[in-house]
Amino acid sequence: MRRPLLTLFAAFGLILTACGSSSSPTQAGPITIGVSLSLTGDFSSDGKALQQGYDLWAADVNARGGLLGHHVNMKYVDDASSVQQVQTNYQNLITVDRVNLVFGPFSSKLTIPASTVVDRYSYAFPEPAGGGPDVFKRGLRSIFFVQPAAVEDNLVSYTKWILSLSPRPATVAYATEDDPFTQPQVDKAKALLDAAGVTSVYYKTYSSEPIDWTPYAQAVAHSQADVVILGTQLPDALAFVKYFISHQYNPKTIIETTGPDQGADFSGKLGANTEGIMVPAGWTAAATAYGNDTFVSKFIAKFGGKASDISADAAEAYSVGQVVDQAASKANSIENAKLIDALHSGTYNTVQGPMSFDSTGKPQGGVGVYIEQWQGGEPVFAYPSSVAKKPPEYPKPAWH
Amino acid sequence: MASQLLQAAVLGVLTGGVYALMASGLTLIFGVMRIINVGQGALVILGAYLSFVLFNTWHIDPFLGLLVTMPAMFLIGVVLELVFIRPLKTDRESLSVLVTYALALGIEGVLGFVFTANYRELSVWYDTASVPLFGFRITLVYVFGFALCLAILGALFLVLYRTTFGAAIRATMLNRTAAQLIGIDVEGVSAVAFGIGMATAAAGGAVFGITTAFNPNSHYDLISRLLTVIVLGGLGSLRGAVVAALIMLVTQDVASVIIAPEWSAFVFFVILVAVLLVRPQGLYGVRVRERI
Repeated sequence: MRRPLLTLFAAFGLILTACGSSSSPTQAGPITIGVSLSLTGDFSSDGKALQQGYDLWAADVNARGGLLGHHVNMKYVDDASSVQQVQTNYQNLITVDRVNLVFGPFSSKLTIPASTVVDRYSYAFPEPAGGGPDVFKRGLRSIFFVQPAAVEDNLVSYTKWILSLSPRPATVAYATEDDPFTQPQVDKAKALLDAAGVTSVYYKTYSSEPIDWTPYAQAVAHSQADVVILGTQLPDALAFVKYFISHQYNPKTIIETTGPDQGADFSGKLGANTEGIMVPAGWTAAATAYGNDTFVSKFIAKFGGKASDISADAAEAYSVGQVVDQAASKANSIENAKLIDALHSGTYNTVQGPMSFDSTGKPQGGVGVYIEQWQGGEPVFAYPSSVAKKPPEYPKPAWH
Repeated sequence: MASQLLQAAVLGVLTGGVYALMASGLTLIFGVMRIINVGQGALVILGAYLSFVLFNTWHIDPFLGLLVTMPAMFLIGVVLELVFIRPLKTDRESLSVLVTYALALGIEGVLGFVFTANYRELSVWYDTASVPLFGFRITLVYVFGFALCLAILGALFLVLYRTTFGAAIRATMLNRTAAQLIGIDVEGVSAVAFGIGMATAAAGGAVFGITTAFNPNSHYDLISRLLTVIVLGGLGSLRGAVVAALIMLVTQDVASVIIAPEWSAFVFFVILVAVLLVRPQGLYGVRVRERI
């Protein structure tokens, strides 16, 4: 009679062990980190850059003996830039593939739904690219945005620079995707410039789905604004600039939230016409932040190209690994609950500079987001002067 | 404002020409075969990908590449007609919608497998070049695209109205049964018409690929626009497709300036509904009396 009962308990115990084993690796055994990446679709160039950053970090940490002695294997699944697919992917990574840890995807648009799924399973969710205000409004304790500042502040440095100019530009045109990553940045910049008396001559949001951007580019060009602030991803960033070039509209300064930070994917389509275009950036290849020189040299050794070809996305993904590495050491564990506790305290060094996180995962006390400008065929920090490699080109040179 | 409106109108005419080209194949196929080819959008995207391959692999300009892609797409069209359309002997009009939709999904699947869902674009040197016109500038690629449309549509009109084969096509469009009775090989005419429709899709796809980033899913938006064009112009009317495409694009571009870009499609649909209330057969369509 006792034997069947014991068998039943043993079987039940096995099931419980299996359920709980996803984030509990064997002592010093290999672990798998799962990531849903946009390897195809709208965000594919960003997704591939994130993969490079993650791969480089995994290679680094494995060369140093692994994450707390655990060899790290990365498992990537393609979400095709789809809100539905990214949720399915994280669900499968955690419940089917039983990965030990998960890292974040690209964009606030995908991070928001993904984080809901990940939080349900109490996994830590360090992520490199979801920093829109809505990411932090849901009170999730498991998410950590590994960038120097919340996304809505990305254009604050730029507005400070605009307001420091003499004579100050008189007019600004704004156009942005209705995307949780781009629009908050543009709206905050507009609020700051409006308050300072810089006249807004055009403001429009447009669908984040790929559309014909010509009417918006035409309206911005027609406004003849001194300053153009665009909330873009790579495809519309290119489309707007191409329209401005073909219609010889040359604003005194132009900044785009994403696109100009995509290295060769941006410069390869525009050639010399990148000159003077700006982008908010928390990272540059020339920065002297923790481990950045090693990151850049290893990146070039692994993927080829030159420093200016490296996408900021890769550095952000690499930073996620750096943060987790330090948190694991601090907690002396790679269990998700302990990592979450560790990440909510202390400061972590990354190639983007030092950062810590508040109770909602928003970065605190970071070095801030600066202005990067294409000069002489490469993106360089141009403002503020404390980090600038070269002074800003103003007004922007004419198109070629 | 006046300059901006004029610029929008000119841009509308130029891009309207491209849509006219893409819609001409759709309306021709309907006219000859009495089927609605809802796969036309996917075939335009296929044309764009063929141009993309030639451009990226062998650096062949998309316009020059039409010397390859148009004959290739013509042959593909003839084969598709033989394999998928001709076997439909009963309830042809309804079944053809399902068959051509399946065709579109198949093309989308193959393109997705080969090229992934990444957006592609044909970055030719003239996509940022422009010429001055009436005090504003027009991007060269739209001028080239419009010139191509004029050339191809002109050739199509010449074939239709100046050749014996064109007379056979028009006869089949007027009355398929009567054409058959007087000895016209309507099956052969249908296959060639389907091929011509595909060739125009190749040409439209090349221009579409230069002016717009595209991926395998892009055909859904495209086919809805093309169907709208041929409904406004009148099903089966080539002239109607041209006029309707111009009306659609000019209206949308001008409405973008006067009201806002997000309302441009709505303004066009108001016009579409108004026209259909007065002329249910479309601008150049013919009312057909059927005995029941």
